[in-house]
Amino acid sequence: MKKLIYIFFLLLSLNCLAQKTYRHIALINATAHIGNGKIIENSLVVINKTKLEIVSSITGIRLNPAAYDTVIDLQGKHIYPGIINTNNVLGLHDAEAVRATRDFSEVGNINPHIRALIAYNTDNIITPTVKTNGILYTQVTPRDGLISGSSSIMALEGWNWEDAVLKADDGIHLNFPKAVNKRFSEDEGVSTSINKNYISEINYLNKFFEDAQAYCLTNNITEKNIRFEAMRSVFDGTANLYLRAEKAKDIISAINFAEKFNIKKSVIVGGKESYKITSLLKQKNIPVMLNRVNDLPDNADDDIDIVFKTPYLLQKDSVLFCLQLEGDMEAMQSRNLPFNAGVAVAYGLTKEQALSSITYNAAKILGVDKEIGILEEGKLASIVISDGDILDMKTNNIILAYISGKSVNLTNKQTELYLKYKTKYGIK
Amino acid sequence: MKKSSILILLLSFFSLSFFSQTTFPTNSAPFNTHSIYAFVNATIFVDFETVIKSGTLLIQDGKVLNVGEKLELPKNAVVYDLKGKFIYPSFIDLYSDYGLSHEKGLAQGQRKSHPPQMESNVKGAYGWNQAIKSDYEANKFFIKNKDKADELKKLGFGSVLSCLKDGVVRGSGVFVNLSNKNENESVILDKAAGFYSFSKGTSTQDYPSSLTGGIALFRQTYYDAIWYAQNKNKTEYNISLEAFNKIKDLPSIFEGNDKFNDLRAAKVGKEFNVKYIVKAGGNEYQRINDVQSTQLKYIVPLNFPIAYDVEDPYDAEGVSLADLKHWELAPTNPAQFEKNFIQFCLTTSDLKEKKDFLPNLRKAIKYGLSEKAALKALTVNPATFINLQDKIGSLKKEYLANFFISNKSIFENDAVIMQNWVAGEPTIFADIDAQDIRGNYVLITPAKKYKIQFSGDATSPRAKITIDTTKKNLNFTFLNNLLTFSFLQDSINVVRANGNYNSSTKSLDGKGQWTNGDWFDFKLVFESSIDTTTKSKVPQKKTELNLGKVIYPFNAYGESLPEEQGLFKEQWNKFKNRYSAILIKNANIWTNDGDSVLMEHDVYVVDGKIVRIAKNIDAPKLAFAKIIDAKGKHLTPGIIDEHSHIALTAGVNEGAQSSSAEVRMGDVLNPEDINIYRQLSGGVTCAQLLHGSANPIGGQSAIIKLRWGYSAEDLKYEKADDFIKFALGENVKQSNWGDQNSIRFPQSRMGVEQLYNDYFTRAREYDLQWKSFLKLSAKEIEKNKIQVPRKDLDLEAVAEILNKKRFITCHSYVQSEINMLMHIADTFGFKVNTFTHILEGYKVADKMKAHGVNASTFSDWWAYKNEVVEAIPYNAAILTKMGVNTAINSDDAEMARRLNQEAAKSIKYGGLTEVEALKLVTLNPAKMLHIDDKVGSIKVGKVADLVLWTDNPMSVYAMADKTIIDGQIYFDRDEDVKLKQYIKEERARLIAKLLIEKQSGAKVEKPKIKHDRLYHCNTLEGVDEEITGQR
Repeated sequence: MKKLIYIFFLLLSLNCLAQKTYRHIALINATAHIGNGKIIENSLVVINKTKLEIVSSITGIRLNPAAYDTVIDLQGKHIYPGIINTNNVLGLHDAEAVRATRDFSEVGNINPHIRALIAYNTDNIITPTVKTNGILYTQVTPRDGLISGSSSIMALEGWNWEDAVLKADDGIHLNFPKAVNKRFSEDEGVSTSINKNYISEINYLNKFFEDAQAYCLTNNITEKNIRFEAMRSVFDGTANLYLRAEKAKDIISAINFAEKFNIKKSVIVGGKESYKITSLLKQKNIPVMLNRVNDLPDNADDDIDIVFKTPYLLQKDSVLFCLQLEGDMEAMQSRNLPFNAGVAVAYGLTKEQALSSITYNAAKILGVDKEIGILEEGKLASIVISDGDILDMKTNNIILAYISGKSVNLTNKQTELYLKYKTKYGIK
Repeated sequence: MKKSSILILLLSFFSLSFFSQTTFPTNSAPFNTHSIYAFVNATIFVDFETVIKSGTLLIQDGKVLNVGEKLELPKNAVVYDLKGKFIYPSFIDLYSDYGLSHEKGLAQGQRKSHPPQMESNVKGAYGWNQAIKSDYEANKFFIKNKDKADELKKLGFGSVLSCLKDGVVRGSGVFVNLSNKNENESVILDKAAGFYSFSKGTSTQDYPSSLTGGIALFRQTYYDAIWYAQNKNKTEYNISLEAFNKIKDLPSIFEGNDKFNDLRAAKVGKEFNVKYIVKAGGNEYQRINDVQSTQLKYIVPLNFPIAYDVEDPYDAEGVSLADLKHWELAPTNPAQFEKNFIQFCLTTSDLKEKKDFLPNLRKAIKYGLSEKAALKALTVNPATFINLQDKIGSLKKEYLANFFISNKSIFENDAVIMQNWVAGEPTIFADIDAQDIRGNYVLITPAKKYKIQFSGDATSPRAKITIDTTKKNLNFTFLNNLLTFSFLQDSINVVRANGNYNSSTKSLDGKGQWTNGDWFDFKLVFESSIDTTTKSKVPQKKTELNLGKVIYPFNAYGESLPEEQGLFKEQWNKFKNRYSAILIKNANIWTNDGDSVLMEHDVYVVDGKIVRIAKNIDAPKLAFAKIIDAKGKHLTPGIIDEHSHIALTAGVNEGAQSSSAEVRMGDVLNPEDINIYRQLSGGVTCAQLLHGSANPIGGQSAIIKLRWGYSAEDLKYEKADDFIKFALGENVKQSNWGDQNSIRFPQSRMGVEQLYNDYFTRAREYDLQWKSFLKLSAKEIEKNKIQVPRKDLDLEAVAEILNKKRFITCHSYVQSEINMLMHIADTFGFKVNTFTHILEGYKVADKMKAHGVNASTFSDWWAYKNEVVEAIPYNAAILTKMGVNTAINSDDAEMARRLNQEAAKSIKYGGLTEVEALKLVTLNPAKMLHIDDKVGSIKVGKVADLVLWTDNPMSVYAMADKTIIDGQIYFDRDEDVKLKQYIKEERARLIAKLLIEKQSGAKVEKPKIKHDRLYHCNTLEGVDEEITGQR
């Protein structure tokens, strides 16, 4: 309850701070990609203060320019909901190899009390290069251990983390033990072998969950345990339990584990082999935050395109999923999220389905679909406007963006350096 | 007379009694026996092809006295009647470590917890590298080991060549009898062979840290030894090189241990004119034609994989097709050596358990190896390999009396070795006089009758007794025809009995005792024979094996040949090059010639070359011509990845020293890397495989074409210029390698400059020294006693740069260092060919343009370490607009699958045109690799390396539909569907076979899945990704 009030105040403060810049803006004639699969050609999208006031076809509407601070004709352009980057360390480091800038991993194996948003640096060097490709939100997520901690949904603009947060502590991230481990040895190269610690890791998690659940059911707690306290929101269903699992067997085990503890909102993170168990996922109504599309298959024998095809295979079997980029250089790679979705189009998704997988679906999974992820009246005016198809690098060119109705600065250090050297050399 | 008792008598009184046998001269050694032993009525294999049925073998003093069909027996001979039994020359193993025990050194991959070890830990006047153990002499360390000897003798072996299985040069091996005598009498040949490998083994020294380094170390050592021997005025004394020169003329045994390593050894052998005997790995059948073409001899292990447990379908998916097929086909390996007329011998090496040797040998025979070849591979061949064919390996007169006696043909499943005679002395495993008591009997006691069955192995049968209706095991001993047994008659009464076995009636009379102490008489009466043709007897028909075919490459998406006959290479070429012409109709052609796309044109390809580009070319009348309807599709030149690390084996960095110019990526190609196929599916046709960036001067590159299916040498781009990797910045300073790594020079960008200064200065001097030497006439050299300069593979490669015969691709990030290297190059009079990564190239684009250097960069990578925080995605566009020839590369097996998309990002970042963007991954890299005369654009006369795309190739929605190299289709989406179907069916067939194997009680193990390691610039062999996971 306390937390809710806290978030309420956060949102309130966000509103107060930004009020001066709010305007009443009409965006006309663009193709609006709603985020739920629908398209409105020749649209009218109106921003009023922080919210979307109108999202409709402009056909038959006589617009009164005087009613707006500004009317922007976007003929030939495309409007999209701001893209949501899920499960990422963006904001938790600058130069990744420099230890001093790394803030995404803590000591210890069971760290539900660790909160990623605290270390989220709104002035980090990477986010300005990400929002310029249409990404407006990120789920800042801690890494490592069995339980890494809790993530939060952040806007890519804000004076500080309090200002940038959209939803604090949306869920706890659990790296579910792997039945087989990938490891490297001098004799055998990279190989997978049975995880010798599997049973002990499962037992360890079981014990923690049992104790935490018992603790949360206790009426008068004599000694506070902050790790257990942190689990409360997962048990009462106000936060997600993110279960990171790749292999089909591990996913099944993770789902069984969550069921055992009556977890109401479980999400599979990773899910490289989720396509093998779509019926189970559908039946249990468990969404997947799917690994990056630009990845290699696990095994030489696998269909060479299996990773490209996985989004389609989930879509076909009606599993709710969004795309994310966990892995090598994920923070920097965040700006390529729309192109990962684009690849999925080449391998079966429709363009609008691919868009959903980085907007509306992501918002639904994160539990922020009441605010963002879709162009809909009453939702936050967090939108981007691109010259062309946002999913194709050839045409992705963001010319305007708003976060909660506030215009986003689309320059960054990289564009500045570009300009500087263009000028130095006198080239166009 | 009972021969066995005489023998026992003889053996036990050896040390107690004097023998004086008049017909033989007395030797000085007082305890020796000079008995003649005669083995009669045996089937004697005099050698692998000469069999005497019912023959006689006479031996004396450890040697064969005579062998023949009807020999007169000296009357004092000890005679053994071996009716029905077999005598073979004892086997010889050339790859053993019997009698040698050495403590293991530190395990490899110790970088994590140990600071670098730049120098050898061995104290004394030895060579510089710990992995060169040429001074090792196995004869000095050999200590006999009765248990190990017995273990081997039980398998039929009589002598072995023991060696140190550790290090790059392993010194000499000792050839010994597995006799019970002391070491002095066991050694047959003190230095029988020299031993080599590319593996540093337990050496704790950092260098070499990779396979390519191991090869370089071996080659350099060879050159050093030659130089050392030639050089009369040297000031250096070097035990390791002295020793190397001593062993190098011995038969040379090279541990290949893998089909591709075998070929690498053969290649190095050619360089030094050495014909190695190669220790094989067991997978040679997968490339048997290449192995055959080495014309070397081989030592082949029988290490057949045990079956995988595939009951869990999810786990089973992890077992690769290659592993499944290897499980099925590995037993055919020895047969393939025979069929291809390769000289080979067999070894017990690499077996998890030595006792698997004979079962595996029989399996190899079941899988096609002839018994004759098997025998030859265990006797005459190994003897011949080490030039002892006149001494051992057959049972001719005067040969060593090393032989064993088996109860039946050794190749039969239940054959048992009963005695193994080494140097005239027996080791007895089974009583040769023992009767075969197997059969069904009735035990008649005064109280009751019981059924007893003796079954199983003739020499060690099992027994079961039926009491009432329950079958129980019967405890018994059967020795010297005396049978003793006991069983529980009921819960309290034990029956104990023994009696003498009558071999003619097969029955037995004896006495037993009840529990109460009363004695009774009993009879054991033979009733019937047991069925000895039990289930264990394997069907001999080869047709029942139903083996799958070998696929090329031996990995998923490999293909088998339609028929496996004729000359392989020709046939393979024919199979791969099934089209003599290809006509691509109505494609939108991105020629890279100018800035436009030819819409709806045809391209005609004949014999690998582009011969015509026009509209409406008529269909060819050639018999093997393929016509591709490409309407709506786009045709581009093949993608060229300027910076790749795929298709390499065991290490991309030889990073132990600041320069590793001596290592060559071309030595360690892995043509079976699945990433070759995956990248074909992304339109890649050509790649430069670079050394990593662990040191300022890296190794020599290999430029390959992605000719999936061919072997390593065939991947190499023909007559390509030579390139070498250089590197600058954080990686060479070891900035992100942890605090331990602060020893190797240089640790700052200041030091990097001086390292180059030093190397190029020395390389120039080295070059001059050689040039002036080569100008001298033989006379002048003779007269002035001029020494041949030392060949230094490291400096030689650097000197080639100065001579403009080798070109630098330099890993670089920050403007200061980019500037620096161009200055160094100017000072030493050459040009830097390419800066790769070059993320701050945009800051010095004008200087780069002036220097004439190429740039090969990432589209948008940055922020992974400190030196890339000023990297910008507009880099490629700025460089291009400044007139610097620019490419986009991958340095990453995943990204290489979509280099077209990476190139397309420069349309977004910096506004290049679509054609300019495509050139970043086609024509421009071709130029920087000096291969643009043949590839990189679609032009009449150029080689047909082409990609047909489903969509505009600069769009994220485009997929490569067909990828063509040398005018042949290497990737085709339609074919891909068929290959997937093949993988599915073949896996299903093999898994079914494995399940049957498991149900029939075979040993199985949980799947262990191997992956090809993915390399980046900074990947260090033996070090986990997490430490160095940067570029």
